[in-house]
Parts: sequence; C-alpha cells; structure tokens
Amino acid sequence: MDSFIIGQQLVNGITLGAIYGLIAVGYTMVYGIIGMINFAHGDIYMVSAYLGAIFLAVITFFGIDSVVLALIITLLFTIVFTALYGWSVERIAYRPLRGSTRLAPLISAIGMSLILQNYVQLSQGARNQGFPALVEGSVRVGDGAQFFQVTYLQMIIVVTAFVSMGILTYVIHKTSLGRACRATQQDPMMAEVLGINTDRIISIVFVLGAIMAAVAGILVSLNYGSFDFYIGFITGIKAFTAAVLGGIGSLPGAILGGLILGMSESLFSGFVNTDYKDVFAFGLLIVVLIFKPSGLLGKPEIEKV
Amino acid sequence: MLNVRGFSVGLATLVLAACGGSNDNSEQKSDVAEVKAPVEETVKIALAGPHTGANATFGLQLWRGAEMAAKDINAAGGINGKKIVIIKADDACEPKQAVNVANKSVDSDNVAAVIGHFCSSSSMPASEIYNEADILMVTPGSTNPQITERGMGNVLRMCGRDDQQGNVAAKFIVNTLKAKNVAVLHDKDTYGQGLADAMKATMNKLGTTEVLYEGLTRGEKDFNALVTKLRSSKVDVVYFGGLHSEAGPLVRQMREQGLDAKFVSGDGIVSNDFVVAAGGAKFVTGVYMTFGADPRKIPAGKAVIKAFQEDNYEPEGYTLYSYATMQVVAKALATGETSGEKLSAWMKGQTIETVMGAKSWNEKGDLKTSDYVMYQWNDAGSYDQL
Repeated sequence: MDSFIIGQQLVNGITLGAIYGLIAVGYTMVYGIIGMINFAHGDIYMVSAYLGAIFLAVITFFGIDSVVLALIITLLFTIVFTALYGWSVERIAYRPLRGSTRLAPLISAIGMSLILQNYVQLSQGARNQGFPALVEGSVRVGDGAQFFQVTYLQMIIVVTAFVSMGILTYVIHKTSLGRACRATQQDPMMAEVLGINTDRIISIVFVLGAIMAAVAGILVSLNYGSFDFYIGFITGIKAFTAAVLGGIGSLPGAILGGLILGMSESLFSGFVNTDYKDVFAFGLLIVVLIFKPSGLLGKPEIEKV
Repeated sequence: MLNVRGFSVGLATLVLAACGGSNDNSEQKSDVAEVKAPVEETVKIALAGPHTGANATFGLQLWRGAEMAAKDINAAGGINGKKIVIIKADDACEPKQAVNVANKSVDSDNVAAVIGHFCSSSSMPASEIYNEADILMVTPGSTNPQITERGMGNVLRMCGRDDQQGNVAAKFIVNTLKAKNVAVLHDKDTYGQGLADAMKATMNKLGTTEVLYEGLTRGEKDFNALVTKLRSSKVDVVYFGGLHSEAGPLVRQMREQGLDAKFVSGDGIVSNDFVVAAGGAKFVTGVYMTFGADPRKIPAGKAVIKAFQEDNYEPEGYTLYSYATMQVVAKALATGETSGEKLSAWMKGQTIETVMGAKSWNEKGDLKTSDYVMYQWNDAGSYDQL
C-alpha cells in the first residue's frame, strides 16, 4: 500500500467530513439552545441546493460571465433565501409548540422535513438536477499512476468549513449576540427577565444554522454536479450522527465529529470494504457513546435545580 | 408579525415554485388519462412504476408509452368497443410502497390488468398480490430472473432477463475490451446486485476473475473513497449494476480522479438523466451499456416513433416497451377472459405483433428471443448501438 493512496483517502475523508461538519453545525446549535433535534435541517440544505441552481441560472441569464462574481452573488442570494426558510420553519413548526412536551417539536420537525421534500418534488420535479462544473482543476503530487490530487474545490470546501467555524465560534463567545445566545441556553426564563428577547435569539440560531446549510448546499452541488429532492435525508442523518459523535451542543464538536465520521467512512471504504462502511461508522459512534455518553467534546448535562 | 411571516414564507415559496415545472409537464397531468371521456363501459389498466422519486424518469418513459398506446387503441375502437383508462400507480421504486399501490389497484380500482412494475425490487413483492388476486401482470422493464422463476402463472415480461444481459456484458468485457483487472460494483438492490452477479458468473466462466466486488449505498453521492480504491487496484474496466442516480456521480468522480478505466453498465442507466446525474456529457462519453436492440430502429414502430417525435418527445429507453406492453395486454383482454392465469396462458400460445416486432413467450413468461446488444454514450449526451 503506497503512501499516495493513503494520502488520497485522507483527502477524500477530510472533504466529506468538512461537508458533514458544516451541516452538523445546524443540528448542534439548535440542540444547544433549545434542546430539540431539528430533523428538517437536512432538507433546508436540500432546498439550498435548488435555490443555488436557480439563482445561478438567473445570474447567468443576466449575462454575468465572471465565475467568481457569479458564485459570490449566487452564494449571497442563496444564503438570504435559505435563511428565510430556516426562519420560517422555526416560526411555523416549532415556536407554537414551545413549552409543550419535548416530543412535540420532534414530531413537527419530521413533518416539516416531509413537507419540504414533497413540496420540492412537486414544484421542481423528481428528476436529477444538474449544476455546472464552475471550479475545475487540481493540484497533483507525484507522477504517472502514482499520485494523489487535491482539487481546488476540495481545498475551498475544507477552508470554508474551518473559516465559518471560526467566525461562528467568535460570534458565540465574544459578541453580545453570542452572550445572549449562551444566556438563553443556560436559562431561558432568567434570560427573558434580564431583558433578552429569547424568541428572537432562537430565531437567529435557526437562521445561522440555515446559513451554514446554504454554504454546504452550494459547495456540494459544485463538487458533485447534481442533486435531487432526496439528498437531504442521507446527508442529514450523517451530519446528525457527526453532531452526536462530536458532542451535540458543541460547535468545535460538530466539525470534529464530521471529520472523524468522514475519515472513518473513507478509510474503511478504501482499505476494507465499501458495503459495510456505514456499519463501521455507526459502530464507532456506539463505542464513543459507551465511554463518553455526551460525545467527544460535549458537556454532560447537569440537572438544573 | 403575522404579515411579515406571510410575506417571507410566500417569497421563499415563490422562488422555488416559479422556477418549477419546466421540463416535467407531463407529470403534472392528472392521474387518470381519460382519452375520450366515455360514459359507457371502460377497461381499467394500472400502470405501475416510479412516477415519483429518484427514478421518476423511468416512470415518465412508461407513462408516455402506455398513454400513446391507449390513445391509439381507443381511436381504433378500444378493447371490444370498451375504452382503455390508465390508472397511474406510483411505487416510487420502493418495495413497501409497491405493495400498497398493488393492493389499491386490486381492491379499490379493480383493474383488469397491470402494466409494471419497473424496478425489480418493486415487481417482486407486488407480483405476489396480483398472483393472489389472479390479475395479469406484464412488466415492461423488470429484468431480474427471479420475477418469472417463481412459477407465477399470471406474470410475463416484455424485456430480457439479467442473466441474458449479464452474459452479453461479460462477453463484451472479456472478448472485446480484453480487460485484465475488472471491478464489479453494484447498489445492493434486487436489480443492481442481481445484474452484477449475473455478469460476474459469466465472466468467471470465461476465465476472468474480478479484482474487486463491492456494493455502494443507493442515495449517496460521494464515492471518492471507492474510486481511489479502484485506482489503487489498477482496474481497466469497471462494471456497475445499478441505476443512473449513482452511476452518474460514480463515473464523474472516476474521471475527476484521473481514472480513465472503461465504464460498463446495464439498462438501469438508459435515460438522459444519466447525463444530468454525472453533471455533463463529457463525463459519460465512452460509457458502455447493455440494452435491448434499439426499439427505435425496428421498422414496425416507424409510425409510432414519428408520432412521438411530432409531440416533441424522443421515445428513449423503455417508452416503446411500455407501448408494446399496452398492445399485448389489450390483445389479451380482447379475448374476454379475466383470469390472469388464463390470460397469460393464452398469450404464451400466441405470437403478437407489437410496435417492437412480433413477440412470443416461453412457459415461464419470458420472451422467447432476447436481443441484448452493447451501446456507447457519445459526447452529445445520447447513446448509439455499437
């Protein structure tokens, strides 16, 4: 087994892991603040892929030829509209249920996920949709049959994941908005008494999660070149797994969990067997949860008295 | 607050809705194709297939074919004067849903016969229900051998079998491509794995052993790890048993990683959606696949093909198979018989003229002659018979 192949599998794994991580952030932030699992988050990511393709088509129609400019405008529009979806989902399906049992918003989240899937299927058709390959090219190390390569897109994906992670961590830990978020997480009622509009804070958290999903949606469409209304399901499950693995509620945990999941899938698939890569990934999750029930970087839940 | 909410939801909804429905107009049509609303008696025939879901493109092919056939037969007087009404039965290529729609067709729609299903994994469980209810089922596209191997008297097919298809592919890989390192991949589904196994069996008999045999997961898009593994095994031919949704990204990632091994697959990719799923014609150029001899080249179908093309529809893939299935089902129902067992027994004794030429069946319900040939995808995003 030569080192080029190992290197290539690491590149594959890190890229996949960064994508999982970007989506896992949405799960982990929502769980961190209101303790619910937003199962519709995978479908928000799916919607963003469609929105991205639509805006890109519109922008090309207006004759913007520069790839960089077109991508930036597409990204901005997609972020804004995906954020609207994230906000609307919270407003319609979760806020009216706040204060009811823990299971109620979970069920409405599953309902929301089905609604988004079927709505996109009906309005956009069930067929595969293509996304033009705008960013091509790669860096190759080695020559002939012995090489490993990193495409520019893979670099962009990994860098974007870490940069967005850094920005989010900064926002949560250093700004007044972040302080309000953390206060809401610790004790919503006390935060309200102290003058924090907790409903607004929760909305903002959903919007932030949706923004990360939109970034992931555009990057994934660029990387794989096609998508359909069903992509949110499997990716959503994997990202949720990554969030649990890293410690749900913890931001760095989401990225760490994503990377470990992507890496273990890649390495197992590459060196053992593709059929059972998911079995291995979920087996790993079980082992971690046995020894650290709150995930790798998660804080154990303290019973508030 | 309420206004703001209404506005934002409306706006976001608008963007998706306004841009929809550009290429799938036919899917928007109602579920029941009443060609000429007749007050008198009708014959209901179910068209079961993936009308929604990731493989809806095949459902569309079936629908176009059956719809056109029903229109033509009704125009010529229907079945003994009764008009054909098609009932759309959507299985989404999911075995569980296939059982549900099969029950619905039998119990509440009271169909006279079933055309379908498409995916073998749907046809298998659904056929049990039709068998119990003694309803004729003719599948235009399910190729798994087991469909007709279970001794069900009411089941026939209008296409070949995967053991025949795998045979052709294996001979092509060994004799024509002279492959040394072959990787056999599949999607762990009834159709995909069945086809891959059939190809593998013949290839092994011909003296070539695969270097890799693995299954990927339906619905995933990232196969980079598998592709790297293909690279390290130095494969020169990749055989894939599965559908276009996975074949597209797989072949794209092979090309992106600089692996130029030849890609061979079966009739699960015979749709323009394969090109879309791969993200462009340049990725699918040179891909080989097996499929029945191009029905568009059979002289019997000339007039029908012209009618399709005048309607701005290219009768690709299984469209003409579906048309032909409707023809033979109508012929059988014209005998006045209703029992599926007896209808199929009658068909097995006949040679029926269809848009794809004369067809006859053996005792199992398979076509007496299968005509799998190799095709190759070109850089214009369509396929040519080799």
